[in-house]
This record gives sequence, C-alpha cells and structure tokens, in this order.
Amino acid sequence: MVFKLNNHLLSRIASSNGHGEDSPYFDGWKAYDSNPHHLTENPNGVIQMGLAENQLCYDLIQEWLKKNPKASICTSEGLNEFREIAIFQDYHGLQEFRNAVANFMTKVRGNNNITFDPDRIVMSGGATGAHETIAFCLADPGEAFLVPTPYYPGFDRDLRWRTGVKLIPVDCDSSNNFKVTREALENAYEMAQLDDVKVKGLLITNPSNPLGTILDRETLRSIVSFINERNIHLVCDEIYAATVFSQPDFISIAEIIQDDIECNRDLVHIVYSLSKDMGFPGFRVGIIYSYNDAVMSCARKMSSFGLVSTQTQYLIASMLSDNEFVEKFIRENKRRLAARYRVFTYGLGQVGIKCLKTSNAGLFCWMDLSGLLKEKTLKAEMELWQVIIHEVKLNVSPGCSFHCLEPGWFRVCFANMDDQTMQVALSRIRTFVNNKVDNKKPKKNLRWQGSLKLINSPRIYDDFINSPHSPMPQSPLVRART
Amino acid sequence: MRLLSRKATCNTHGQDSSYFLGWQEYEKNPYDEIQNPTGIIQMGLAENQLSFDLLESWLADNPDAAGFKKDGQSIFRELALFQDYHGLAAFKKALVEFMAEIRGNKVTFDQNKIVLTAGATSANETLMFCLAEPGEAFLLPTPYYPGFDRDLKWRTGVEIVPIQCTSSNGFQITAPALEEAFQEAQKRNLRVKGVLVTNPSNPLGTTMTRNELNLLLSFITEKGIHLISDEIYSGTVFSSPGFVSIMEALKDRKCENSQVWNRVHIVYSLSKDLGLPGFRVGAIYSNDDMVVSAATKMSSFGLVSSQTQYLLSALLSDKKFTRNYISENQKRLKQRKKLLVKGLEKAGISCLKSNAGLFCWVNMKLLLSSNTFEAEMELWKKIVHEVKLNISPGSSCHCTEPGWFRVCFANMSEETLSLAIQRLNSFVKSMNNQSHHQIKKSSRRKSLTKWVFRLSFDHDHREPEER
Repeated sequence: MVFKLNNHLLSRIASSNGHGEDSPYFDGWKAYDSNPHHLTENPNGVIQMGLAENQLCYDLIQEWLKKNPKASICTSEGLNEFREIAIFQDYHGLQEFRNAVANFMTKVRGNNNITFDPDRIVMSGGATGAHETIAFCLADPGEAFLVPTPYYPGFDRDLRWRTGVKLIPVDCDSSNNFKVTREALENAYEMAQLDDVKVKGLLITNPSNPLGTILDRETLRSIVSFINERNIHLVCDEIYAATVFSQPDFISIAEIIQDDIECNRDLVHIVYSLSKDMGFPGFRVGIIYSYNDAVMSCARKMSSFGLVSTQTQYLIASMLSDNEFVEKFIRENKRRLAARYRVFTYGLGQVGIKCLKTSNAGLFCWMDLSGLLKEKTLKAEMELWQVIIHEVKLNVSPGCSFHCLEPGWFRVCFANMDDQTMQVALSRIRTFVNNKVDNKKPKKNLRWQGSLKLINSPRIYDDFINSPHSPMPQSPLVRART
Repeated sequence: MRLLSRKATCNTHGQDSSYFLGWQEYEKNPYDEIQNPTGIIQMGLAENQLSFDLLESWLADNPDAAGFKKDGQSIFRELALFQDYHGLAAFKKALVEFMAEIRGNKVTFDQNKIVLTAGATSANETLMFCLAEPGEAFLLPTPYYPGFDRDLKWRTGVEIVPIQCTSSNGFQITAPALEEAFQEAQKRNLRVKGVLVTNPSNPLGTTMTRNELNLLLSFITEKGIHLISDEIYSGTVFSSPGFVSIMEALKDRKCENSQVWNRVHIVYSLSKDLGLPGFRVGAIYSNDDMVVSAATKMSSFGLVSSQTQYLLSALLSDKKFTRNYISENQKRLKQRKKLLVKGLEKAGISCLKSNAGLFCWVNMKLLLSSNTFEAEMELWKKIVHEVKLNISPGSSCHCTEPGWFRVCFANMSEETLSLAIQRLNSFVKSMNNQSHHQIKKSSRRKSLTKWVFRLSFDHDHREPEER
C-alpha cells in the first residue's frame, strides 16, 4: 500500500485496494468488454452471465409509462409539478414515494398481515449505499459483522472499505444445501471472541445471492434467537424479495418478528432496493427499513450523502401506487423468471450439470461444475473458470469470488438476456461439456491473461470483489441491446 | 455493550445547530400567501427559485429528453440498467462545458477528470475520505456553510480548523490568518491535509479576489497540502468584479502539470445555479488521476440517477439554452439582491457588499443588546418568533463576530420578499423606539457612544478590487 505518492498525500482508504477492483475476477469483465456478444453483429463474442440484472419485464414498464405521462415531471402532462419536485431536497423523501415503496414492499411479501410504515422508509444510494450506511450506524472501525458464505462480493467493499468494519464468514456447504446452521453461527461468533473482535451483527441476504434460495421458517427463527441471545443486530438484505418464482413462498424477517414478541426489534433492520425486483439499477433506489428509532433517525441523516433524485422518486411514487400495475408486474415477473429458470436448468441438465436443487429465487443459478474439475481445489476452479471465459466465451462468476469454500460452484445469471442468447449460451455449455467428456486429455491452448491468483487460505477476506459497477471505461451495459 | 456506533450516538451530524433549528420552527408555522399570511417566511434556505420558467419552457420544447426517448426511440431500458459509476459520457461532456461557459470559457475542463456524486454534500465528504485520515484536518475560512460540519467531519473523522476572517477587511482571507490557523492545528496535534474554500462564498456572497487566490496557492505550495474550491455558486455571480475560478488562477501562475496542479480539486453542483437540489447532481473535478480514480469508485455509494443524468445531458448540451439561462439567471439574481439591500438600507441596516450567491450577509450589530453571541441568539430568536423570519445567525456559520446574519432572497416571490422587508423594517423601528426610551433614561454620554458605534459599522464594505 502506498500512502504518499509525489506529495499527493492521499488517504489510506484512497490508496489501498479496499475497493476490491484489482481482483483477477475482472478478467471476466475484460474478456466480455473486449469482445461482447451480439446476436447478429458479434455472434461469437463473450456472453455476459456475470451480471445479476433483471431485464425480463421492461415491456410492462414501458407500457405503463406510455399510459401515464404524468409520472414524468418533464412531460407536458407532468410539467406542472416540475419546480416543486426539483426544489424538494428533504431527506425524509416525498411522502408519496415512501407510501408507494411501503405499498410495494407489502405486496411483494404477499400481504401476510405485514405492513411497512412509510415513515420508517429511509433512502440511500442504492443497496450499496444502504449497506455502508447501516455499517456506519451499527459498528465502529474494527468491529465486525458475521456473513454466511457464499455471499455477494460487493459486501467486502460496501461494509468495510470506508467504515473500517470487518466481515467474518459463517461457513456453509453443500452437505445441507448451504443452509445456515446454528452451529456455524456459534462457531463464527466464538472464533471472533478468540480473536478479540467484537461482533456487532449478522448480515443475511434473503433470498440469497448467489444461491437463489430462501431461508425457511426454522432457520429464520433460529437466527432471530441467536441474535437476541448474543444481543447483536440482524441486517436482512431482501433485495431479491420479488424474484421468488416458485414454492416455497418467501418469508420476510418482517413476518418472523411480527409473530415473535420476545424478539428485540431494536436489533432488526431490512435493506431493500428496486434494482433487482424491478430492474432499475440505474435509478439508485435504495431503502433502509429499521425497526430501531435511533438507527432510523441516524440513517436518515446519513441519507443526505445518497438521496434518491426527486425526479426518480416522483416516477416511482406514481408507478408503485398503481396497484393494478404492481400486482400484474409481480405476477408476471415471477412467471417469466420461473420459465427462464426452467429452460436454463433443463438445458444444463441435458449435459448432466446440476444446479442447487433448493433454488427458487434470484436472477441466477448456482451451478455445480465440480464434476468437471481436475481436482477438488480452488486452483482447479480458477483454471476451469479461465477456460469458460476464454474458450466457451461465457462470463460466469466462480464460487470463490463469493467466498465459497467448496470448489466447483459457479453463479450463472440468466435474466439479463433474451431467449435466443440464452439458447446460444446453453448450446455452448453443452458443446463444452460433451467435448470435455469425450476428450479425457486436458484441452490445449489454455490461455489466461493476467495473474492466476492462488487461494491457499480458506479465509479470504480481502481479495475478491465482483463489482456490478464495472471498472471498464465504457460500460458494457449500454451496448448490450439484445 | 454499546448497541450503536459512536457515529450514530454522537451529534457530529451537527443538526442541533441553530441553523437547522430555525428550519424546524419554520416547518411548524410556514408562511403561505393565502393559507398562512402570518407564518414564518423562510429566508434560511439558499435556493434559487428565480429561473424555473426558463427550465420549464425548455422541457416543453424538448419532449424526448423528458420521456426517456432518443430520436423518438425509447431508451428506458438502457437508462434503467445504466449504473456505471463512470457516468453517462454525454452528461459529463455537457457538464464540463457548462462549467467552462460559466467561467467565460477562460478555462476548459476534461470530462475524464470529473466524478459525479449525489450532490455537493456527497462530493465534499468523498474528497475528505480520499484526502485525509481520521484525526487529520482541513482549514476553512470563517464564516462557512454550517453543513460542512456534517459533510466534512461526521463519518470521516476529519477535523475542521477555522481560518479566522473579520469584517475589518470584508472577511477576506489574509496570510497571517492562514498561518495562525495552521499553527492552531499544530497545537492541537492535527496534521493539516488541506484548505477548503467556497468561492463564491457562502454565506458572504462575495467572490474571492485574485490576491486571495494567489495567497492560497502560495500557501498550499509552501505547506505541500491540498486545496478544495467549492464553486457551487459559480453561476450566481451577477456583478463585478466577476468570478475568477481557482483553475484560472492556476493557469495565470503557469501551474499546469506542476505538483500544486494535482493538489487542487473543485466541487460543483447544479443545486444552486440551476435550482435543482432535488435531483442530487454533484461533481468532483480533480487533476490528480488517483483522486479521480478513488473518488469514482466511492461514488458507488451515491451515484446520480441515470434518469436525471439523461435529462440534464440533453438540457446542458443545448448551448443556446445554457447561454441564455446563465445570463438571464444572473440578471434576476442581481435585481433581487438590489431589492433586499435597498429595503434593508431603508431600515438602517447594512449588508456586506456582495456580487454573488443567493443571500446577503447582513449586519445587525446595532440591534444587539451587547456585542456578544448570547445577544445574537437573543436577537435571532426574536426575529424567528416575533418578526417571523427564518434567517441564519452568524454563529451557526462560525463567524468570529456577533451580529451578522445570512438572509436569502432567491427562494421566494418578490411579494413575499417585500413583505419580509416590511416586517423587518417595523421590527427595527420598534427596537429603535425601545432604545430611545432607554436613552432618555440613561446619560447623554451613553447615547453618544451608541451613535458612534452605529456609524462605524456603516463602513463595512469590501475594499476596491484589483481587476
């Protein structure tokens, strides 16, 4: 780490690599960016399957926009509102925005007698901003959060970079479909004690990224009892709540604590966003919903650093208060995700590739390629991954980038492309697997650019981040017009 | 075990300051021409509401930008997906060109050196994270924007050490004041990482002289530290001596590509010049690639909505519009300011001679019962509760002298401004009547002193600029 560079005198934070973008995993992005797939213009390019986006329902949204020109403060129908909205910088946010978001959150969770109070809705700069803010509110530098593995690599940056907070993994493995066990939680907590690290909370993502699974009632209750016993916080990232496309139904933490009178509500906080459920990552709509008044109040003051543009608040308020649209959207979104998942997993199944069988949510599959590994090591996983990027030409995410301890798992996104592209991806996988099975000898011409980082320690806190915010000069997203 | 973080339980967010308390009072009883004509008039919020009609008519003429369309085709999907922290290239290009235009095109900016952030609030905090460690310090000339106490210090752990400026020279920055502040920091064991100035100044409403700019550049060169120039009000300069940006000063000193060149950073925003605080459009401009790189990554925590980036890129790319807007906006601000200054003059109250901003720095010393901050607070409470005007007391801006108040003039209609002036006039008259009663009771010598005191403050204006 370089602190001083020609008297530039930058901070440690700025000069370090805590942002995580020096990771070799950006090889995948680079490969995609230098050779992006296009159905007609570049059919042999790399297909982007490392970006968890939901592109399946824009037609519904566009249809709604056409019918509701007033939702934009810039159209002739909505222009009257322009100045009021443009001037409004109150960090409480527009009342109608909060009402609409609370309404949407309720509907997504199936109206199971859960209600969200609009006055508890706090804005943030996407879920990214929400996580950082929550860490600032709950922990001091040097304190820690427990996180079950595998987990979203962005957490390493969002929770740690500028806050100085630590993350301690809670080990999960495929022996029980990566369920979070009480034992694993207690072990992680005790390890922290031995290291003299103060644990301030537990962070869970439910539905899970990258697993695509939801937590069952028993696990949720066990988690609630654990945090209450240890008197630590519980942060539930429910960013994928509306992507649960088949049984069993999603159970929100809101539901669990509603029934549990013994739970100390001051310990429970929800992080939400519209980036995945609605497919609006560009609009930066992040939400913190805390049951703790002091946290809510603090987070709200901190939201000054990442408020949602009122132009966007206004649009969302309009859209999400239209109950007919919301109900249709939620239904259709699930249906299309389910269909995609089915087609994709079926296609994989045809060549003997299995995905985590308990997955019923998310925008991705958790694919088990351990059968294709030379040996069950992370090194072999990396080698396989390089082959997939450069020869099969698919940008997928290797399990170790999610801190998965078991080699051979890959996260593959399926909701960010059209049907045809997905078929192309599947056929490439089929070809690759069939060839691998036929040819016992390893493929020649294994090219990989950049250094192969070897992961020796199972405890990989610091290294790998697969940021959704591409470090590439030109975002591949803008060009991906399928 | 402490349940929340220290940051959550302290009050470094600064919201217990009187600056914000005045707002709260206003919220309880806000003036409305029809519904609440005796309510409190908001004069504590530096907003620019004078030129919305120009924006509205542009929008009416440009339906595509408004409706997520480009050349008639919907680009909603692309925008909804666009979360690249490098920002929309077309927007950054338009923004840097707008910034150049505001500076009379005497300087140009490179769109690859600008970082988009969620408002100037986020820009300032991000720069602190990039340039300083917890426990290090930045020097700021007083009086300064109260929000800096939160933006620069709260989550970053950075300290602010004031550079004391006084009315004796119109609150200009002097070399001794800079050195004194630096020494003060040393005394407090704080390593100074840089100086942060707001130019044009909030709350003074004045532009920095070339002298001051050169002083600053010499100072940071000598000390080997950074300079942040918050130029958020750059588009609000409405009369001479005109605006000299720090970039222009650097150019004139032939500093391109020198070491000091890389230590100067600009903060900008569209909240004041365009009157769009709700859209959260801020920016950091730096010549230092490492700062740009680190700040870009940090902007993940507060990106600008792509919907907004798109709209504004269309707006700011329309050069006919921007040219007209900049000049018309400045005209209107100038006229408004004149209205306020003249109105205050009639009441016997003077302002610091200013040429920019959305507010006047008003001298109410003669209304103080004593030359103390307690008296200032007393006066402020009276003005909020009895006169029903929310203005900002100088102490909330860390002013070293009691009796100064920041009064905003661009966030209301002309009628409301006239009403506010009337109320103040009546208040001053009643204060004078009271003091007349007191004078009759006290000795003649005392009354002489009071008149002498009053006369001396009429000379509070800036010395002529070299230009």
